[in-house]
Amino acid sequence: MAETFEPRIVAFLCNWCTYTGADLAGTSRLQYPPNVRIIRLMCSGAVDPVYILKALLEGADGVLIGGCHPGDCHYQTGNYKARRRVAILQNILRQVGMEEDRVWLRWISASEGKRFAETITEMVNFLKQKGPNPMKGTWAI
Amino acid sequence: MPVQGTLPVTDGDVLGTLRNMLRALLERGVVKAVLVPVATPDRRNLVPTLVSDPDLLAEADPIAPVMPVHTSRLVSQLTFTGPAEPLAVVLKACEWRATVELSKLRQVRLENVLTIGVDCYGTYKVLDYGAMAAAEENLTARLLEQVEPTVGFVWPGRELRTACRICEHFVPEGVDVTVGLFGVEARKEIFLSLADRRADLSALWGLEEREVAGREEAIARLREARLRRRDEAFAAIREQMRTPEGLLSIFSPCLRCHNCTVVCPICYCRECIFRTPTFDHASQQYMKWAGRRGAVRMPTDTLLFQLTRLNHMVASCVGCGMCEEGCPSSLPLTLVFRAVGQEVQALFGYEAGRSLEEELPLTVFREDELHIVER
Repeated sequence: MAETFEPRIVAFLCNWCTYTGADLAGTSRLQYPPNVRIIRLMCSGAVDPVYILKALLEGADGVLIGGCHPGDCHYQTGNYKARRRVAILQNILRQVGMEEDRVWLRWISASEGKRFAETITEMVNFLKQKGPNPMKGTWAI
Repeated sequence: MPVQGTLPVTDGDVLGTLRNMLRALLERGVVKAVLVPVATPDRRNLVPTLVSDPDLLAEADPIAPVMPVHTSRLVSQLTFTGPAEPLAVVLKACEWRATVELSKLRQVRLENVLTIGVDCYGTYKVLDYGAMAAAEENLTARLLEQVEPTVGFVWPGRELRTACRICEHFVPEGVDVTVGLFGVEARKEIFLSLADRRADLSALWGLEEREVAGREEAIARLREARLRRRDEAFAAIREQMRTPEGLLSIFSPCLRCHNCTVVCPICYCRECIFRTPTFDHASQQYMKWAGRRGAVRMPTDTLLFQLTRLNHMVASCVGCGMCEEGCPSSLPLTLVFRAVGQEVQALFGYEAGRSLEEELPLTVFREDELHIVER
């Protein structure tokens, strides 16, 4: 099973930094695993916890939130606010017996195509080790 | 420094003394109206009532052990669109704490409001209160005679609501006027504490300024017992929540009726995503899910709703337990939300309802913090 398991990652990327970084990874023809489904938002600060929770409860093995480096937010402070929201979300996931390390927050700038490719590779390897999301296939949710 | 002292109670009539206090506010024109619980005509329940005619205070009961509506929601209605004429509101401790949160969420404006907080010995479920009131005409007075120092109100065969049994914040802090019942001689006197800004009311009510020796001690004694009970209850619910199976067993009876959001003082959003068509999926979609997973629980998205609600409001949760009162499936929402809220609020050194000055965790940030969540 572990050999055939291919994790699915849902990535919420901010328009100005991480999404552009992912674009750069592509135009630079950097190789990274095809396990990620990208959703573009205007800002990491616009990622409501309901999106992340929906992905996890629908069986996503990992959720990546990508934003600008601290101080670089196009809207000045959205990424700092995202960080607080993710901190609360992870705390709650831990308290209700769900695995908070399936949710990653990472700062990736528009020029860091390489860092984006490395992040996806790293996350896929991490999730392969970890195994599938136990919520996957649970009809009772 | 607040002005503190006592008010004598004549003929053991605590309620009469409290009504006279409110009456004086109206008659002297200090406020235009008072929001206070008033007994329904059959006296089986109380409803918060906005009273402008002093004569209609005859059935007012500021300390009745029932909370059919969280008054903080009404304070929002009464002040949301801007400073109205001067208004007094009588609040239990948790109603005040939710009012503090709503004020910081800009849903309450306190400029023209005289806040009167009342020591709370706990409240019963509405149906319990109705049965108790049917059996005893002067229920509040009887309850005051038999307060149990480590429990609060006690009544044979009835228990206080879960939220009240584990509540350590039964004394309102930071209100304009505190009406104190702890540590004074029951039915002989009332403790009053007036914030500096409302020291003028001392003369109006004939406050006898003095220290009340036993008050702190009485408060500490009840608080200690309540904290013990709270921590036991937290440990039990945490043990249950620890696994996905436990979590599902807690929340699986949820109907997603959203009643908890209707009665919650903190859920103020005019438009809640769960009350939009967002989760009304196309008919074929349900069949698709059932096919993919083998089965799908309906109504869908109940756990998503509960977990999202936790994320959205738990940083401001004051633990009033109204969610549980409103839940037709009797989910243990009080314990879940209070236990989860305690840790989330601790993350930011925040305590919901503690002060008007402390900033809401989700409206501010520090540049150098929480690096642990960055990967």
